[in-house]
Amino acid sequence: MTIEHPVALAPADRAVRLLGSDLTEKALRLHLEGLSGVDAVGLEARAAGLSTRSIKASSKAWALDTIIRTCDLTTLEGADTPGKVRSLVAKAVTPDATDPSTPRVAAVCVYGDMVPYAVEALGALHGDPELGLVSIAAVATAFPSGRASLAIKLADTREAVAAGADEIDMVIDRGAFLSGRFGLVFDQIVAVKEACRRADGSFAQLKVILETGELATYDNVRRASWLAILAGADFIKTSTGKVSPAATLPVTLLMLEVIRDWHRLTGERVGMKPAGGIRASKDAVRYLVTVAETVGEEWLTPHLWRFGASSLVNDVLLQRQKLRTGHYSGPDYVTVD
Amino acid sequence: MSRLSVPKTYKLAIGGAFPRSESGRTYVVTAPSGEFIANASLASRKDARDAVVAARGAQPKWAGATAYNRGQVLYRIAELLEGRRAQFVDEIVQSEGVTATAAGAQVDATIDLWVWYAGWADKYAQLAGNGNPVSGPYFNLSVPDATGVVAAIAPQDSTGVSLLGLAAVVAPIVLSGNTVVVVANEAAPLSAISLAEVLATSDVPGGVVNVLTGSPAELAPWLASHADVNALDLAGAGSLADGAWVDLQISAAETLKRVLPPVEGAPAPSLERITAFVETKTVWHTKAML
Repeated sequence: MTIEHPVALAPADRAVRLLGSDLTEKALRLHLEGLSGVDAVGLEARAAGLSTRSIKASSKAWALDTIIRTCDLTTLEGADTPGKVRSLVAKAVTPDATDPSTPRVAAVCVYGDMVPYAVEALGALHGDPELGLVSIAAVATAFPSGRASLAIKLADTREAVAAGADEIDMVIDRGAFLSGRFGLVFDQIVAVKEACRRADGSFAQLKVILETGELATYDNVRRASWLAILAGADFIKTSTGKVSPAATLPVTLLMLEVIRDWHRLTGERVGMKPAGGIRASKDAVRYLVTVAETVGEEWLTPHLWRFGASSLVNDVLLQRQKLRTGHYSGPDYVTVD
Repeated sequence: MSRLSVPKTYKLAIGGAFPRSESGRTYVVTAPSGEFIANASLASRKDARDAVVAARGAQPKWAGATAYNRGQVLYRIAELLEGRRAQFVDEIVQSEGVTATAAGAQVDATIDLWVWYAGWADKYAQLAGNGNPVSGPYFNLSVPDATGVVAAIAPQDSTGVSLLGLAAVVAPIVLSGNTVVVVANEAAPLSAISLAEVLATSDVPGGVVNVLTGSPAELAPWLASHADVNALDLAGAGSLADGAWVDLQISAAETLKRVLPPVEGAPAPSLERITAFVETKTVWHTKAML
């Protein structure tokens, strides 16, 4: 079967370069199933080894700031309101009102219909996180299940981009992936990437959520990561945060290894975003160590690395306050949301 | 053939579990004669921090239990203490170097004190609270409410308090719904950890009573300045370096903690020790107009 929608394949440039212009489902399947299997025991042992590093005070201070700078402050609840989004934006801009030296977070991550409120609330501070501004990420494509027709997924995406979202977090169709229809998943990512095109021809950044908690095996995670990268993902992201287990260190390490391999193969840098379940600064620091040891420290910028989290920032702020004042702080000294 | 003795390892009590110190440190507990008794964990500031987190996590549920229920739970502890009387007598004789009679008297006093405080759980509010007369068709009620997380330094005297002192500090704090992080008697910490084992097998939820063994001089400043601790019981802090407890009070003031000053020996049972760790909440409610 040849892949349909040849026009929409334009962003599938990577796949064409790697697999040739005859981009068939068979070629895709041969490539993905030809990837070597994952040594699960070795992977988990490596991840466990990386989480035993001792971090000294000055490195810890740097790590805490890096966690904030690369954090997507997230609210993805059915009960979200414009007011909740405004307070989230206020926190993104001024994470700790008692300490103006606290860096801003990279982005706020909201549902598509909340993007206009985030744009309005951010005002002049809306922009590139590399410049100290805050960008807006929107989840799209029938997040979190991904169970909707392609037309609805694309409309969802276009609407969020038109409203001013800089980054789109899409979910893959896990049902299709698990039943082996790689071509369908590939096509959808390509089509969503196309829908991320703005009027001026530039693209909103596309983060592809694999929902690793539903993929069952490490081999599947490796295949899905390759598939997403081939289809044009700017970032690959572990989870929606709605399924348990969400991000784990071994899965993140595995995805980073795919990113490293892609970089060695093509020189291109793909971003990584673990999301869900990272609540303590200590855990977050372990992720930073894993990034530095796997793909290198140059990945620790908001353009290539993000944490998707809602409660992590508060814990980081408590640790920062402890470093600054010398005494332990408490949850009464950070904002609730 | 003589049997090899199996000495007990004394660990910390944090959040219903018995972990070793995060720092891996231990110290030797000796009898007054200098004879080795046991190794105990030497708690670090991070253990104190973890204990505060555990205490904070356990507090809402413990305070949410009915006063009657808390009283029953405390009374049950007294029952269990009675059952393990011989073990406590033995530990006190070993670590304080007192006679079995004196140790027995201390254990009895501890059990009696615990029963006394258990009885107060659903009665102190009648004395500490009030229905205020107001000129309007509504009730105006002042009721005592738990303060939150309390950090305490148990009495540090060398004889007569290793168990009684700890109980006299912990019982009045927890009965109103507070949770506690208590630093045990440094020289004689064994019965404190055994008491924690009694609590773990009673109906007290994990995290309500957290016991640290180690140096009060090292741990107290971290607890006094900790922003998530609501009150400080310095019962045993009089033994610290000259006037050190005043510095603790000063750093506690930074976060507006209630502070109870040091006492001599084990604090006597009193209603004041209960009301020292409650806040008075005044609420109004309309009267039915029927």
